[in-house]
Amino acid sequence: MTTLTYEGHQVDVNPEGFLLDSSQWSPAVAEAIAEEVGVAPLTERHWKVITFCREDAARERQSPGLRRIAKLSGVDMKELYQLFPKGPGKLAARVAGLPKPTSCV
Amino acid sequence: MITETYPETKVEKTTPAPQPITKLAIICSKGSLDMAHPGLILANAARMSGIDATLFFTFWGLDVITEKKVDHLHVATVGNPSMPIPTMVGGLPGMETLATGMMKKQMEELDIPGVREMLEILHDSGAELYACRMAMDMLKLERKDLIPQVDGVISAMDFFDKAAGAQVLFI
Repeated sequence: MTTLTYEGHQVDVNPEGFLLDSSQWSPAVAEAIAEEVGVAPLTERHWKVITFCREDAARERQSPGLRRIAKLSGVDMKELYQLFPKGPGKLAARVAGLPKPTSCV
Repeated sequence: MITETYPETKVEKTTPAPQPITKLAIICSKGSLDMAHPGLILANAARMSGIDATLFFTFWGLDVITEKKVDHLHVATVGNPSMPIPTMVGGLPGMETLATGMMKKQMEELDIPGVREMLEILHDSGAELYACRMAMDMLKLERKDLIPQVDGVISAMDFFDKAAGAQVLFI
């Protein structure tokens, strides 16, 4: 476990950079992670995805897979790849302070 | 007496850090339902992780991207060593339909998309889908017989050009 400081917030992350405790997340942390993974600055469309992921994870007790995000968030598959070109499957969850999704689709 | 002392040489292990995969090229050569999915799911997982993916459909793999066949792929009940039924039983009329129905139902329960939807997802994700020209000629297929998501009909040599720098997987 590594403890990082993003914008003055201390967060615990696993070796892949995913937050271990999603309650340590804040919008400022999201901006800092976005910077780190190359998707900054976060737009209103990014926030739509991030908000959906956090709400869905709170309900379902697991990070949503990409197909679920594309179906339910109001942001379709093509746009998800435009918003997170380096891999929306991992990066949406990482910026949202959630664990890496277990779903393969 | 001469005593020589040799300085202890310390051999440092210089194993380079493993490099992440950045590009994947998959040759899909099978047309059965159980062999179509692995290539599609792996390609999709690659794209979701930010890895480029190129798929080359050849021989019976063309069934996967043929408009008339894509929704009717079957599980092989004969000649499939993983089938939990004797081959002779698998050859009885209706067995293949039964096994196919069971697999489709199981996939639906797990919310795994069907083959057509997987191909649409892959296309939207930026994965490139190609059909093998020679196999198309053999099977008397034309571009219009393929699903619209196919990016082109190319030769095996073209495929290797497009696969430059990729890990190549044959399924």
